[in-house]
Order: sequence, then structure tokens, then C-alpha cells
Amino acid sequence: MRLLSLTLKSMRQRKAGVALTIFTVALSVFLLLGVERVRTDARQGFASTVSGTDLLVGARSGPVTLLLYAIFHVGEATNNITWKSYQDIRSMPEVAWTVPLSLGDSHRGFRVTGTTSDFFVHYHYGRGNALAFARGRPFSDLYDAVIGSEVARQLHYKVGDRIVLSHGLGGANLASHADKPFRISGVLSPTGTPVDASIAVSLEAIEAIHVDWHSGIRLPGMEASADQARHMDLTPKAITATLVGLHSRLSAFAVQSAINDYPEEPLLAVLPGVALGELWHLVGTAESALRVVSAMVLLVGMSGMLTALLGMLGERRREMAVLRAVGASTKAVFALLVMESTLLTVAGMAAGVLLLDAITAIAHNYLLATLGLVIDQSPAPGEWPLLVLVLALGSLAGCIPGWIAYRRSLADGLQVRL
Amino acid sequence: MARGQTLFLHGPSGSGKSTLLGLLAGVLAPSSGDVHILDASFGSMSAAVRDRFRANHLGYIFQQFNLLPFLTPVENVLLGCAWSAERSKRAGGTHARMVEEAQRLLAALGLGAHIWSRAKTGELSVGQQQRVAAARALMGGPELLLADEPTSALDASSRDAFLKLLLDECGLHGTSVVFVSHDMALARHFDRSVALASVPQES
Repeated sequence: MRLLSLTLKSMRQRKAGVALTIFTVALSVFLLLGVERVRTDARQGFASTVSGTDLLVGARSGPVTLLLYAIFHVGEATNNITWKSYQDIRSMPEVAWTVPLSLGDSHRGFRVTGTTSDFFVHYHYGRGNALAFARGRPFSDLYDAVIGSEVARQLHYKVGDRIVLSHGLGGANLASHADKPFRISGVLSPTGTPVDASIAVSLEAIEAIHVDWHSGIRLPGMEASADQARHMDLTPKAITATLVGLHSRLSAFAVQSAINDYPEEPLLAVLPGVALGELWHLVGTAESALRVVSAMVLLVGMSGMLTALLGMLGERRREMAVLRAVGASTKAVFALLVMESTLLTVAGMAAGVLLLDAITAIAHNYLLATLGLVIDQSPAPGEWPLLVLVLALGSLAGCIPGWIAYRRSLADGLQVRL
Repeated sequence: MARGQTLFLHGPSGSGKSTLLGLLAGVLAPSSGDVHILDASFGSMSAAVRDRFRANHLGYIFQQFNLLPFLTPVENVLLGCAWSAERSKRAGGTHARMVEEAQRLLAALGLGAHIWSRAKTGELSVGQQQRVAAARALMGGPELLLADEPTSALDASSRDAFLKLLLDECGLHGTSVVFVSHDMALARHFDRSVALASVPQES
């Protein structure tokens, strides 16, 4: 207690130096934890692009391929699932819900997903977040469309605007579905997932715009107007993929193998988490790069912190000598120095963590909207070992001058000049 | 040297006055021979035991005072017995009693309450700091006071007055004094006077 009050009084005397040291430590901690948090959250965000979905089912291909075209909207499906197969899956007793996905059309580079309004209920991302509407509502009319935040941002669309979908996913000569324009009924909030860059319409709408098409070409003489299409049978013949939710996660493997062995057509069911993990391995170099950055930040941050702490403690050499001269033991002097560096480190760590929390809170929405990066306010698990490391290094920094004071003969202290 | 005696040690610069004090205080180790002080032998003690011995039995006034500028004068005086249970007990035992004793010592050495109650030690004049340093060395009535030219910063008249107060205070506790200075004019205040050239490297 006596040592603590001495340390505090001594630190009060050196306010500027103390503030600077704490600031340096805080910056190091901020950078260290910041990089770690971005790294973790980038992976987390990726791994939880789809959460709450137990199985992803598509035509038989590879798990990563299925994930790429069904969720990330990269590449094209090789095959579809027939409507009957979809109904069979839907009626399996273990299945709680299904969300069909029908892909193949686009609008100015953004993919269109044909689905049901269940999509807005069951598609979860991150830690179980459901999709939210920034403006407007889910589609209710046949020719309603819901657009992702990125679509709205880049094309400056708002609720009520009319858009025309194109047949196919890109390329030079896209045939357009100009005869059946859509009205934007809602804009989704940013999610940091591929949903941001997609447009959702109803399955029936997909059917309606293709009602007079066959094998990718519009059939001459069979044209149906937008209103005529409303009265036709719009039950889909096929969908691209489906999200499946189960009553119990325990039955996932059983349902998965049942679907994989489905006799009427070759299907593939994958656990999204597993497939995402495989995909992350492919794009994992980005994470490795961040790890390297993290290591460099650690090195620079720690050496900055040590320099500041050692400089601060060097100033106290004379003070230590005085204390030794009035009878303080070497142990007491050692304890005093370690206590000071520990106090400075803890204060710096607290300041760094607060700084990080403040900045993530402020930048959260901006990062999500512009980079699609979800930075979590809660600490990543990897941050705790880092904090322990910082604390250990900080205390260790006090041991160095402590050890010097320990080694230095007392006579040296007595002859310190003013 | 008998208990309660005062000894004046003089000699030209570089004659080893400070070295002798260092040996007496146990901060320097003799290259040969041994130091016997207050019925104890430094040669047979470990460094930690020597530290405790010094904290318990010796008061040391440094040439440069060695005060902590960020503490108040009273806090600086309290440092004198901060690492010794024995001296804390002699200075009153409880914190409040020790503060009282520190204030009494400062007053006895000529530092009025109006000075030490307001300023930090670093803001005092050199002469005032010298008095704080002396009070710290005397805190808790050590058996032996070692003083290394503590009056070097004072003018002749205040020097004699200060020395008188210091020696009176030592007399109160029966503290022996070894006082080092090159100023022969001070010798008359002491029981004995020794020129260093004739002092063997053992006390």
C-alpha cells in the first residue's frame, strides 16, 4: 500500500510522461486488437454468410460449387432441381422449413433470386440475424422486387422505382424481360453477405417472365403480356437450390444422406458450415496476409510500448537510489518499478480497448455499408491471449530497470548528483 | 566511539571522507578488513541483512539531500522510518503519531509549519531542503547519524544555528554522530575531532 501510494504520487509528478506512455500503450493495444478483430470478424462474417440453415440442397455437383452458385452467386448451376423433388424434400418429416432459390436472371450485373417470402424469415446470417428492411416491405404483388443494400447504393434505386430484369447472368447481348417490368417494394439493410448485391423476387415472378420462353429463347407467337401472365399457371417446374431447416440439428446427417440417395434425380445436400469452411480454405490467403500484418503490428506495437515504459522508468533511477539510501530493500525497489510499469500497461490496455470499442461503434455502420464488413463490438476470442501477452510484456518491461537497480551497488545511488 | 558521542571528521578533498562514511553505512564493502559498528560486523552480514541493519540503526544525511521532490516535506521525513518497524515504533508506532513526530522534528530543526504544510519538497530552498533531509535522518532516533557535509549549502550564521539544533536533537535520543566536513570552523561543536589522514581504515 505504501509502495502503491509512492508510485501514484511519483506518477502524478510526471503527468506528461505518464500520459504519453499510456497513450503509446493504448495505441499499440488498439492496433493489435483492431487487426485481430478485423481478421476474426472477416472470417466469422464469411463463415456465417448463411447461419441457421441446416442443409443446402442443389443438383449434384461439388459442395463448394453448390455453395458458390447458390449463396455467393458466383458461376452457374449445372442443373436444376425439379419441383417434385423440392416438394418431396419439403414433405420429409424432419424438415421444418424450406426456402427455394431460383437463379438465372440478372439486372445490370446484379443477380436475381426467385424465392418465397419465407426467405426474409429464414435466411439468417452472422449470429442469427434475420434480414431487415431499411425501407419498404417484402414482395406482395407478382411484379414486386426487393433489392439488396448494395444494389440500392450503386444504382440509386428507391422504393417504387421500376426495373427490368435481363435473361441470363451477364455477357454482351442480354435479352431483356422488358415486357414485364418490376416495381421495387423494399430495400434490405446491409448484411455484409451476397444478399446485399442481389435482387429478390417471387418464384412465380420468375415463372411469369419466362412463361413465353423455352430453352433460353422467347417463343415467337406465344407472347404473353404482364397481365395475361398473372392468370396463367405459375407453378415453377424447377428451382436451382433450396435452403433447408430441420426440426432438430441432430437429424442433419440422416436427412443429408437421404437426399444424397434420392432415387429420382441426383441431388446434393451439404452442411453450409462445412462447405463454407472448405471455401474459406480457398480464399484463406487473405487471412494469412492479415496474420502477417498482425505479427508486424505486434512487433512494432510492443517495441514502441517497451521503449516508452523503459524511458519512463529510466527517469526514476534517482528516485530509486534515494529510496535505497533510506533503507528500502532491493526487493522493494524492484516491486516499485514493476508496479509502475504494470500500472501503466493496465491503464494503456484499458484506454486501448475503450478506443477500439468507441471506434468500432462509430465505424460499424460505415464499414458495413461500404465494405460489407461486420465488425463485432464483442472481443474476439483471440484478443484475450494478446491482452495477456501485452500485460506480461509490460510487467516484464519493469523488470529490466528493476534488475538494473538490483544489480547496481547502493553506493552508486548515494552518489547520484542533482 | 562511545554511544552518544559526536565525532568531527575532516580532511582535504579526496582524502576518503565520503568513502569512510560509505563503509560505515555499509553501502561500500571494504576490500580487506571488516567494519564493526554498533556491536555488529558488516563482513558477516548478507546484503539484505545489511539493508535492514541500515534501515533500523543508521541515519544518513547526504551531501545532495536525496529528497523526493514530489512528496511533501512531512512525507519525505516519514520515509526515514518507512522501511524499519523498529524506527516506526520509536517514532510513535501509529501513522498519526509518526506524522506528529515528523512535524515536531521539522519544527525543531527550524522549519515552521507555515513552510512545510504548503509546499512540495522540490519547491523549498536549498537550506530548507537540508533541514528536511536532516529530519529524515533523525526520524525514529537512529543509534548512529552519518552526515556528509550537510552544511555545505548554508552560510556561516545559519550553519552554526542549524548544527546546534541538529546536535541538540541527537542528544535527545542519545544518537552518536559522525560528521564529515572540510570546514574546520565547525570542529568546536563536537566532542572529538579526527583528521582523516591519521584514521585507519577501520572504525
